[in-house]
Formats: sequence, structure tokens, C-alpha cells
Amino acid sequence: MSAPGRDVAIVAFAQSGHRRRTDDLSEVEMVMPVLHEVLRQTGLKTSDIDFTCSGSSDYLAGRAFSFTMTLDGVGAWPPISESHVETDGAWALYEAWVKLLTGEADTALVYSYGKSSPGPVRDVLTRQLDPYYLAPLWPDSVALAALQAQALIDAGATDEAALAAIAARSRADAAANPYAQVTGARPQGDHVVAPLRTGDCPPIGDGAAAVILAAGDRARDLCARPAWVRGMDHRVEAHSLGVRDLTDSPSTRLAAERAGFFERPVDTAELHAPFTSQEVVLTKALGLGDDVRINPSGGALAANPLMAAGLIRLGEAAAGIHRGDSDRALAHATSGPCLQQNLVAVLEGDPRG
Amino acid sequence: MTAVTPPPETLRAPLVVEFPFTRSLGPVQSAFLTGLRERTVLGVRAEGGRVLVPPVEYDPETAAELRELVEVAPTGTVTTWAWNPAPRPGQPLDAPFAWVLVRLDGADTALLHALDAPGPDAVRTGMRVRIRWAAERTGAITDIACFEPYEAGGAPGTREPAPHSGVFDDPVTGIVAPARLDYTYSPGRAQTRYLRALSERRVLGERCPSCDKVYVPPRGACPTCGVATADQVEVGPRGTVTTFCIVNIKARNLDIEVPYVYAHIALDGAGLALHGRIGGIPYDQVRMGLRVEPVWSEDGRYPDHYRPTGEPDADYDTYKELL
Repeated sequence: MSAPGRDVAIVAFAQSGHRRRTDDLSEVEMVMPVLHEVLRQTGLKTSDIDFTCSGSSDYLAGRAFSFTMTLDGVGAWPPISESHVETDGAWALYEAWVKLLTGEADTALVYSYGKSSPGPVRDVLTRQLDPYYLAPLWPDSVALAALQAQALIDAGATDEAALAAIAARSRADAAANPYAQVTGARPQGDHVVAPLRTGDCPPIGDGAAAVILAAGDRARDLCARPAWVRGMDHRVEAHSLGVRDLTDSPSTRLAAERAGFFERPVDTAELHAPFTSQEVVLTKALGLGDDVRINPSGGALAANPLMAAGLIRLGEAAAGIHRGDSDRALAHATSGPCLQQNLVAVLEGDPRG
Repeated sequence: MTAVTPPPETLRAPLVVEFPFTRSLGPVQSAFLTGLRERTVLGVRAEGGRVLVPPVEYDPETAAELRELVEVAPTGTVTTWAWNPAPRPGQPLDAPFAWVLVRLDGADTALLHALDAPGPDAVRTGMRVRIRWAAERTGAITDIACFEPYEAGGAPGTREPAPHSGVFDDPVTGIVAPARLDYTYSPGRAQTRYLRALSERRVLGERCPSCDKVYVPPRGACPTCGVATADQVEVGPRGTVTTFCIVNIKARNLDIEVPYVYAHIALDGAGLALHGRIGGIPYDQVRMGLRVEPVWSEDGRYPDHYRPTGEPDADYDTYKELL
């Protein structure tokens, strides 16, 4: 939806250095420095935050109620106003944004994290699938993405060379991103599940991210150039892959329309496309042209901490506006198999004087 | 005693999360899975006339309740595929295979399953395939063992799917879906230090640099201040029972006679109480303020339980803040 009545902005963003393993850190030990960094950027203390919302999934590290442990890093006493989503932190940001729009809060802390290294993440993700028809077959996350990639190739929308070019561009751009896990020129490698090769797949790793949202003048106080959330929407498609056109993403297009994306051009798009083929789907669904910088951060192909990678897309788009590199940006987050659920936000900086 | 020590080497241990989900079936799912057991594939007709296979109970476009079952063919056409060179645990075939979406003849949507093929060169979108039934069928999606090439079967016929009552003898009404995930647990810096100290029969807390509270066991952060606890503080070994309960129900796999006492114990120097079992005293003589000390497990890795020290009881004022 578009933002009625009240202007809300992302005023700070931080992320961890994403790593293949973080055996030396508990989840709260991984998250806490990121929380401290967004507070430092704004000068806010925990007690200044009106609402806190986090995103994570216990299945990744196999730890029940892990999000209650990471709350230790917030300093949640005396009791704070707090919520949690069992999905990517982009949806936690959506919840916080709505809270600010209602006027019940002026500032919000949003964070998310994922430790994929303790478990077999390709198998872990099968547990989010339909338990009757899909989960008993253990179709892993790369296999499902590969079915989508083959459908795109059959439709003439891409080929292995074009996918390799997306991988190469993403990791070349990531060389300038100090938080990225996989950067620079790399071989495409063997097929993991054909037609997807190692290079088409995101790295597996651990990481965390946080943003602070603020409304109106509070945002201007906290940030020299706030990234105003002009609209945000999320939509879901049928879970069953067999009833969807895997080469298109009507849910992304509808969310983008509702977020006001098609009203004016953007200069930057941070797309949450963990697989190269999914960037093809999203670019096509949104009609993005060559005049839009796609994933200058390197995107999820350079660092894909599950449950944080979508929030990082919003954070990276906002940080580009904070720095003055971008004036109007689209940020996208996804969840579920083959881009089942999609969230789109449109962010803008104030006109330059 | 306060000391800052470098992070210890990481501890690791296997962690298995295993659970059999028992799920009930709705009328459409029950008919479909029972049908598979009888080598019959059912679909459901959606509001717009499309036949959905596998069938669902509600229309994915309109949310209307769907109940009109039809029978479709065990043959079909591959709509997309992906070659899996290294099958993973639980997947339908042990040897390399193709994942396929198959539109069965008579259906308008595709079903996900495995295709047994000699190699990726033998697979293409549009190829004709048929179901290979599992030898033993229980009413589950795995009653389809996999698909196999069926080029001899020719192009799909134009036969309309036949209406089906969905009624079978002894219908399947639920499934049990076992799941097992193998993790490697690593506890992080603070808990690693705590566990290593325990193996030396020392109890190590961590002090918050902001509010000075000493956490035992430490988790790496002060939940009140939201900052890292970095200073290690040895606490105990003796402590005080702050509160307790009497357990009267025997837990499975736990070799402890009931009734027994489970207590909150504030170790000397700790800023909060930890949990432990009280032994060495009749259960009905345990009381708040009782002074206790750890009795280590046979392998010496952790306190098995706590027993009375024989000291006079602690004064209420000394532990009332730790309740």
C-alpha cells in the first residue's frame, strides 16, 4: 500500500560480515554488534525505541525459540513493545512500518538473522513445503529453483550463458561490498542441479542485519538524508509449483504496483534473487530496463544469510539513498519456493538542494 | 575474581532434530492419497473448469471449496525438469534422477515427482512419461515410486477426465510424515567458556559491564542492558535454594525416583538463580534458604544434583532479590 498521512523512513542500516560459518558465535553474539551499530548511527538508546520487530527461523540452526535468546541483545527490560515474524526480516520491517503509520510508534528497530551453517540448509528448507504432496519427497531448494530455471530456458527467456553473466556481474559488484561473502570472478562450476551451476546458487552462510525506522521530523533529526518509504506491499502466490507459471511473478508485479513503483522511474533496484534465474523472472515481471542499476551490493548471490537477505535488500537500497548514490529505489524481498511470496518497497530521498 | 580470557576453541556436538508429524487429511486429500494406494489418480475440478492434480480442497484462485473429483490417466507430459546428479537423503531415488513437473493426461496442472532416466540427455520438456507404482502402497505421495519414460505411449489423448466418487474401501484419513534433520551444535563464546570451566568443576558466570549483574549460566549478553558480558567470574560452588517445587510425575527416560525436588539455586556470587535437582535430603525437608553444594556427575562434566552443606540456612534478606 502507499503511505497515507505519515512519512516514515529508514534512517539507519547495518549488517554483519557474512561468513560461511560462525561456530565461534551464538546467535545473540552474532546479532548484537549489528544492533549496536544502528543505535550508534542514530545516537538512539534502546529506551528511545518505541517498537522492536525481528525475523528469524528456528529451523535453520535447529534451536527452539532462538529469537527469545537474541532478544537478550536488545536490552528488553523494562519490558519493551516487541514482535517477531518467522520469516525474512523484510516482513518484520513491514510490520514495523504499519505500526509507525498508525501513529502508535515514532521509532522502530527491525532486525533479523540466520545461521544456516549448523544444518543441511537445502534439506532444512524442504520442511517449509506442503507436508502432504511435497515434503515427503524432500525436494531441496536448489532442485526447485532448477525447475524454474529450466522453464525459463524452455520459454527462451534466458540460457546458461546469460545466467552466468548475472552471476559474474553480481560478484564483481560485490567486490566493493565489505560485508559480502562471495566476491570477484569465480568459475561457474559444475551443475548442482542442472541447469543451475554452483555459480548460479547463493552462498550458504550466517549473518544478521538491522534497520531503524522513524517517522516525520524524528527521521530528519536522526538522518541527514532519510530513505522515505513511499509505499510497500507484499503478495503471495499459490504454494504448489504445478499451478503457477514459473517464468513470471505476478505477485511481485502487483506488490510493486501497490507500492507505487510504476508511477516514476527508479535508478536502483535491490532484488532478492538467491538464484540467477530468479533475477531473470523479477526483471521481466517488473519491466526493469538497462537504466536501472540492479543489485549494486552484489545481492543474494554474494551473501544470502537466510531470514536477513531480504531485509538487507531494503537496507542496501536505503543506504544508497543515505549516501546520495540513489534518489529513488525499489527494494524486493522473497520467501518460499520459487519466489512464492514477494515484498516490494519504494524508497526515496529528498530532492537535492 | 575477574579476568578477561581470549575466546576458547569452539565446542561442537551433533544435534538431531527428529519428529514424526501426524497429519489429518481433508476429504479431497484423503480421496487422492487413498486413490494412489489403489493405483488410481484423482484430480479435482476448479471453479473455472480446470482439473487440478494433485488436487486441493480450495480453489487457489477463488478460494471456493472444491469437491468435484475426476480420474486422470497415469501417463503424462513433462512441463519442466531438473537433473539431480547427487540425490539427497529422503529423495525418491538413490541414483541420479530428474526432478519433473508432470501434467497427467486429463489434468491442467502439474505434479512434482522424480523421473527415473539414465541421464540428462534422456530428458526433455514435453517428453511422455508414466507412473511407476511403489510395490507397497500406504496412501501417500510416495505410493508413486517415480515416473519413467513412456515415449511408446504416444501423444496425450483427448479423453475427458472421468467423474469419480472418491469413495474407496478403508480410506486413508491421515499420514505420518517422519522428518529428521542433523545439525552440528556450537554454543558460542560465552557458553563454550562456561562448559569448559564446568569440566574443571568450576562454575563460571559472566558480569555485565553496565549493571554489574553476574549471569550463570552466561549466554553472552545482558538481557537488561543489551550489551555483551565479557568478564568471567567464578561463582559458587555453594549456593542457596531460593524456591523449589516437588516433582511427582516420573519423566520418560529419566532415571530419578519421584517425588524429588527441583529448585532454583542462587550460587554464591551469582546475580540470578539457576535450576537444579536437590538430593541427599528427604524431599519434604527441602526449604527456602537451604544451603547446598554441587554433586558432580560420574564423568565430572556437570553438577548432577545439589546436596545440603550442613550450614545454617541463609537469611531471607540475602536472597530475596534473586527470587
